[in-house]
Amino acid sequence: MASLSDTPPPRQLPRFWLEADPTQKLAMVVGAILVLLAVLTPLIAPFDPNAQSLIARLRPPVWMERGQPGYLLGTDELGRDVLTRGLYGLRLTMMLAVLGATLGLLIGGTLGLLAGMLGGRTEALVMGAVDAQIAVPFTLIALFLLTVLGNSIEVMVIVLGLAGWEQYARIVRAEVRRLMRLPFIEAAHCAGAAPLWIATRHLLPNLVSPLVVQFTLSLSSIILLESTLSFLGLGVQPPTATLGAMVGIGRDYMPTAPWIVLVPALFILSVTFAVQILGDWLRDRADVRLRSR
Amino acid sequence: MLKHVLKTLARMSVTFFVIVTLVFFATRITGNPVDFVAGEGLTQEDRALLIRYYKLDAPILTQYTAFLGAFVDGQFGLSFMERRPVAEIVVERLWPSLQLLLSAMLVTLALAIPLGVAAAVWRKHWIGSAIMSVVFLGYAVPNFVLAILLILTFSYWLNWLPVVGNATPAHFIMPTIVLSGVLISALTRFTRNAMLDVLGQDFMRTARAKGLPETAVILRHGLGNAGITVLSVIGLQVAGLAAAGSVVVESIFAWPGIGELLVSSAIRRDYPVLQFGVIAVAAAVIVINAVVDLTYAWADPRLRREG
Repeated sequence: MASLSDTPPPRQLPRFWLEADPTQKLAMVVGAILVLLAVLTPLIAPFDPNAQSLIARLRPPVWMERGQPGYLLGTDELGRDVLTRGLYGLRLTMMLAVLGATLGLLIGGTLGLLAGMLGGRTEALVMGAVDAQIAVPFTLIALFLLTVLGNSIEVMVIVLGLAGWEQYARIVRAEVRRLMRLPFIEAAHCAGAAPLWIATRHLLPNLVSPLVVQFTLSLSSIILLESTLSFLGLGVQPPTATLGAMVGIGRDYMPTAPWIVLVPALFILSVTFAVQILGDWLRDRADVRLRSR
Repeated sequence: MLKHVLKTLARMSVTFFVIVTLVFFATRITGNPVDFVAGEGLTQEDRALLIRYYKLDAPILTQYTAFLGAFVDGQFGLSFMERRPVAEIVVERLWPSLQLLLSAMLVTLALAIPLGVAAAVWRKHWIGSAIMSVVFLGYAVPNFVLAILLILTFSYWLNWLPVVGNATPAHFIMPTIVLSGVLISALTRFTRNAMLDVLGQDFMRTARAKGLPETAVILRHGLGNAGITVLSVIGLQVAGLAAAGSVVVESIFAWPGIGELLVSSAIRRDYPVLQFGVIAVAAAVIVINAVVDLTYAWADPRLRREG
């Protein structure tokens, strides 16, 4: 362990750290720990997430009376380790969130790019779809799609991807329309550049920072949606551990075994807090004005 | 104004049509819905009957027109579980949902608008930052987690409040808090931003210069103008949030409303009910949006004249 005097002088620390306020620093640390936990889950989880133990059912965390050594945060109604399931749930939630946000980015980004570059009927069609999506609460659509298409991980990723595409489409279209009027695009046109060349060489580099910001911002709403759907029993199905389902199923045991609910609830809270704060922080730093239209 | 009304109506119908079409085709791409819904324990004759009842042996386009036809004659089919008309089941659930929604909206309006104004006026004061921190909590805490924590504290540990159903006024307390939680966060944020935009305007300085008391300046001139922006947000954002929130809140507190109906029919795969319920709620949100949009156009003299 390095002592305080060994730490490098402040100017060597990255600027983003020095300029962050305490809440943001906390969010960065929490976020880093959560990502690390999620990545390393199979290595650090003490048990198999689905291993049941009939003699160790509904055990409280170790520091409480009746706690069983080894089961650090207690066991659930089937004698499964709550900490292990929490970690696996965290991993699944984060994986789904990243995949869903990426899918949304691809769909929305492509449609927004097409709408912005082509204009006319394409634009009207895309923006009409965007308006329709905004007009209807997505939880309803998700509920319906998951029931009809089944609750597999693949369907969940598609549903989560569809949840945010309209934001990307709006942002990209607005930005592309602004860029298309600038002289450098006109110059590229005159030099005989093909649309695909303009899109990849001239437009995309300018879209990176708003897209990265929107990606981070959308993670928190996607995590909320995923955990809500699993909580309602409509997410990835048991026995796969998801944070939402752990709370949803655990609520039946709440009076006697509150830890079954509290552990995943705390995981969810720390994820949404960290992601939300980091998203806002990134937006302010990148100084991107996310245009609504 | 008339042109605006027609435009809004046209947009409404298009969105509604898109939703209905999506719902129809989503249920058909997975094959025969009868097998999917009531696959097990169905005799051959029953299966044939169901297929005939839902016209599932007809070409897909005929089915589609029949599906659309239901919106003309009101024949939305029977629930698989309860063997009653779907429309009847959904209509029964309307009133409890509305009650909860109204109570949450009242709490939201009563708190969010003063909070938003205060957060804007005192934005550099600790009051402003305190309000915005609480607003942030409302965003970051999922409403089912909030509900669970409330139930744990007030029902199981303190034994003060009932959890299930809507029998007494006490039953309203926790669902209202949870449902209005998200709404208050959203509306406070919007009110604050709208107020901040207005506070810097020239007419605010004029109002002060002519000697109006500060309260009158902020409330009449400030909120009077910011209110129009806030109104537009209530339609788009708040109606959607409320509908999504009701689904979660009602199913946690076993509230006999439409949200609970949607979740339980999704889990029981009672798909005529789910189908109609989703369309009904979507229609409600679309109508609320349109009404707010028109009110907005009517409330803003600039838009009223442009028409």
